[in-house]
Amino acid sequence: MGIEEENQKIEKSIRDIARDLLKNKEVDVIIGYTEGTVPLSTSPIIIRDEKDVDKLVWNNFCYINLAKYLAPRMPQLVDPEKGELKVGIVTKGCVGRALIQLAIEKQINLDNVKIIGIPCNGIVNRRRIEKEIGEKEILEVSVSEDNIIVKGKNFEESFPFSEYINELCKQCKIKSPPKVDSCVGECGEYESVFDEFNDVKEFESKTPDEKWEYINDLLSTCTRCYACREACPMCYCNLCFVDQNKPIWFGKTTDQTEILMFHLIRAMHMAGRCVACGACSSVCPVGIDLNLITRKLEQMVKERYNFTSGIDIDKFPPMMDFEMEDEQEFMLEED
Amino acid sequence: MSKVVFETEDEEEVKVDKDWKPRILAFLCNWCSYAGADLAGVSRIQYPATVRVVRVPCTGRINPFFILKALTDGWDGVVVSGCHPGDCHYISGNLVARRRFALLNELLEFFGIEPGRVNFMWASAAEGERFAVLIEKATERVKKLGPNKRFLKKW
Ligand code: SF4
Ligand code: SF4
Repeated sequence: MGIEEENQKIEKSIRDIARDLLKNKEVDVIIGYTEGTVPLSTSPIIIRDEKDVDKLVWNNFCYINLAKYLAPRMPQLVDPEKGELKVGIVTKGCVGRALIQLAIEKQINLDNVKIIGIPCNGIVNRRRIEKEIGEKEILEVSVSEDNIIVKGKNFEESFPFSEYINELCKQCKIKSPPKVDSCVGECGEYESVFDEFNDVKEFESKTPDEKWEYINDLLSTCTRCYACREACPMCYCNLCFVDQNKPIWFGKTTDQTEILMFHLIRAMHMAGRCVACGACSSVCPVGIDLNLITRKLEQMVKERYNFTSGIDIDKFPPMMDFEMEDEQEFMLEED
Repeated sequence: MSKVVFETEDEEEVKVDKDWKPRILAFLCNWCSYAGADLAGVSRIQYPATVRVVRVPCTGRINPFFILKALTDGWDGVVVSGCHPGDCHYISGNLVARRRFALLNELLEFFGIEPGRVNFMWASAAEGERFAVLIEKATERVKKLGPNKRFLKKW
């Protein structure tokens, strides 16, 4: 089955399930994706009425992680009398992981959330395509067969799909959301996820100088707009460390050290929590691809503490936990 | 702070400078390592005099910011030392901290900070000797790396 038909099938099932849920009053609202205002994008949408479900879409540009749009962070989803509304949410694998991780961290109540599970088939790396197209204006993008067709005034280019999806999607092993009680649609069961992390290991075999150069180069254009943080489902702090100014741990400029500091500390905050959805890289206005750091985070917690974020609702996150026997090979010892 | 080392742009020159001593900031926990350092002092055990100490209640109190800020502010190296696992005054502070340090250490290396710039160790209140030996070792490691250039904030 081509990607196009797959998408249509998924889209149809989303609409059917959403219609049923709304009709049977099982949920008050549906959160999903709708057509974006510009090519290569989609927007989140909140649907309250059955007749609007045809606005829901599924395609390979649904890069937003919808877990960001849940109560209590969305005041619109809390009714003054009834309390939190019941929500149905269109859930690809990484959105499912984010929901579970948020539930573990007691940020959302999964009882109020119906997970409309879908098997995701990969998200297009929009920044990479934009870069390759360059200055020309993209007017229309579609996926057909195994190619991404980009059309504009006087040009038409095609990119192989499997090559031009997000790096994280290439590595993804959790395509449909992990099963929880409130799952409708297609959910999967994952006990543990096997990953060799060859990409991370390859990078780590470089010398410190090479790594330093690479990371500096990667992040040098960062404007500290924090779009990556805003798009991140796990970044829900009321006062983020970058907005804190007492004490001033680091400045707010785009000085190279301060950029690095931002990304390093944010990586620390994400360890064991990041669900590898790639939303941060998709929204970065300057096209910084943070997937290498994301992969590193996954690798660290997997190899050290055998933890994969957001697949098991009963498992305690590693950074809130400890064990007497934890590895401490990095500690200085007498010879 | 000796500005001389800092403003040397030419790395070669620094390496030749045999007398260069790395300036190291040490975060010691109040209950074990700080007392250990004290013991080393009263027992007259020699250890590098370029180490400056910040006393913290527990290694669990150490925010990664402490370490990074030390580097951006121009310290050549950082040492973090606390009670041995199981001996924490607050029972599990150092165990929580150990996981944090493990990840911080890996991330620093991932970002290309030289291994050895930031050192972690355990030393109890009775281990003045061990404290001195490990501080010596950490100093050697930093000395090999030369002055901190990577994370240094260039004003
Ligand atoms: S970067 Fe850290 S402090 Fe900021 S919102 Fe995310 S988790 Fe919170
Ligand atoms: S979205 Fe991009 S430019 Fe903005 S803060 Fe994040 S990495 Fe930097």
